[in-house]
Amino acid sequence: MYKYASPKNFYALAGRLIPWLGAVTLLLFIAGLYLGLYVAPPDYQQGDSYRIMFIHVPSAWMSMFVYMMMAGGGLVGLVWNIKLADMLATASAPIGASLTLSALVTGSLWGRPTWGTYWVWDARLTSELILFFLYMGFIALQAAIDDPRRSARAGAVLALVGVVNIPIIHFSVVWWNTLHQPASIGSLGKIVSPSIYPSMLHPLLIMSVAFFLFYFTVLLIRMRGEILARERHTGWVAEIVRATPEIRGTHP
Amino acid sequence: MSQNLLGTARCIFKRDLILAGRKPADVATPLAFFIIVTSLFPLGVGPEPDVLSKLAPGVLWVAALLASMLSLGRMFAGDHADGTLEQLALSPHPLTPLVFTKILAHWATSGLLLVVLSPLLAMQLNLPTHAMGTLVVTLLLGTPVLSLLGSVGAALTLGVRGGGVLLSLLVLPLYTPVLIFGAGAVTASASGLDTKAYFSLLGAFLLLALAFAPWATAAALRISLD
Repeated sequence: MYKYASPKNFYALAGRLIPWLGAVTLLLFIAGLYLGLYVAPPDYQQGDSYRIMFIHVPSAWMSMFVYMMMAGGGLVGLVWNIKLADMLATASAPIGASLTLSALVTGSLWGRPTWGTYWVWDARLTSELILFFLYMGFIALQAAIDDPRRSARAGAVLALVGVVNIPIIHFSVVWWNTLHQPASIGSLGKIVSPSIYPSMLHPLLIMSVAFFLFYFTVLLIRMRGEILARERHTGWVAEIVRATPEIRGTHP
Repeated sequence: MSQNLLGTARCIFKRDLILAGRKPADVATPLAFFIIVTSLFPLGVGPEPDVLSKLAPGVLWVAALLASMLSLGRMFAGDHADGTLEQLALSPHPLTPLVFTKILAHWATSGLLLVVLSPLLAMQLNLPTHAMGTLVVTLLLGTPVLSLLGSVGAALTLGVRGGGVLLSLLVLPLYTPVLIFGAGAVTASASGLDTKAYFSLLGAFLLLALAFAPWATAAALRISLD
């Protein structure tokens, strides 16, 4: 197990895992989208527009999960000084930001037929928006610091401060929202209530697993890139460059 | 250093106040910003007293929040440039209480002055007089939270290129709960509602920030000084 904490061994292990993870992710996406878009019946109130839920809900769930992974990686990197954990945090941020953006865009597109407008200051949409800003802050901070060690540690502190604040921000926004808007507007929570039909629930669960594996696949790919960039002065990376004609051509 | 922790902290507090007094322009700029931004709103939305009094709580709070954020840059920058910060980190005392003292001194020369100035600007925006007290109390509870949260961002962006804009990106999302309850309390008070819950929540934020922010700031400073 400890063997894989070294970047070199992790690079090889990730390289072996990526095709398998990628293949399973693809199969799950196909199955989930088929069940969600063709097999599941239209909703009696929302018609076909609810089907965007199969993208929206997993994106929103994953956007929060990835932030937790990022902060967890940051904490492990900060406390035990493990380079791989730092790389996990750095590599997770753009994926998390993309998933948050996807949740925002699909939420806004879903809002058009159900609420009659693209944007409502709904509690969940608002806290997703603030989560997106938190991701942007993390990415911008890490990009502004050149020294990789300082960049990783500064990012970790920011991510941990963010993790403490996310629940506070979320509940503040929920409170603010109930003060300013009638509660009659259907929140996403009511749609994904336990009363959901199995024919709609199954594709949602499959899509959630697909998004989960998608994150890990992309994470491994990004971490491999991150490893190569940070270890570029070591012998084993030079070995890889020598063995790969495409790279050798551009970097003599 | 032969002094005890309390003596050192008092020394730092006094020093920071004297330094702020020697550079009054640095202290005055965020205040001028506060005044200008609130004065721009009537020009933008029109001078109708009804509209202004409805917008006043939000405008005052957002302007105070931005002004407080603008003053964050000078919290550690000067001490970082002349090496004082390294000396603080090397002192036999733990860094967290020393950092807390610096945040307190910074608040006394930024947030506190915003609080003092706010009733004047509230009159300008036609905020009902009975909501004035609520505005002052919420700012009194809220601006220290802004300074405490902001100190983490200020420490993280120390000596980083594009520090100012980056700092706003880091701290503004964290400011949202304070803004929601601060402005919410003033709005509630202006329409004659009870504000006890808002005060309790703002007080809770203040206690949380007091407990954790100086510690995170000290950690961030150690990273920046590395």
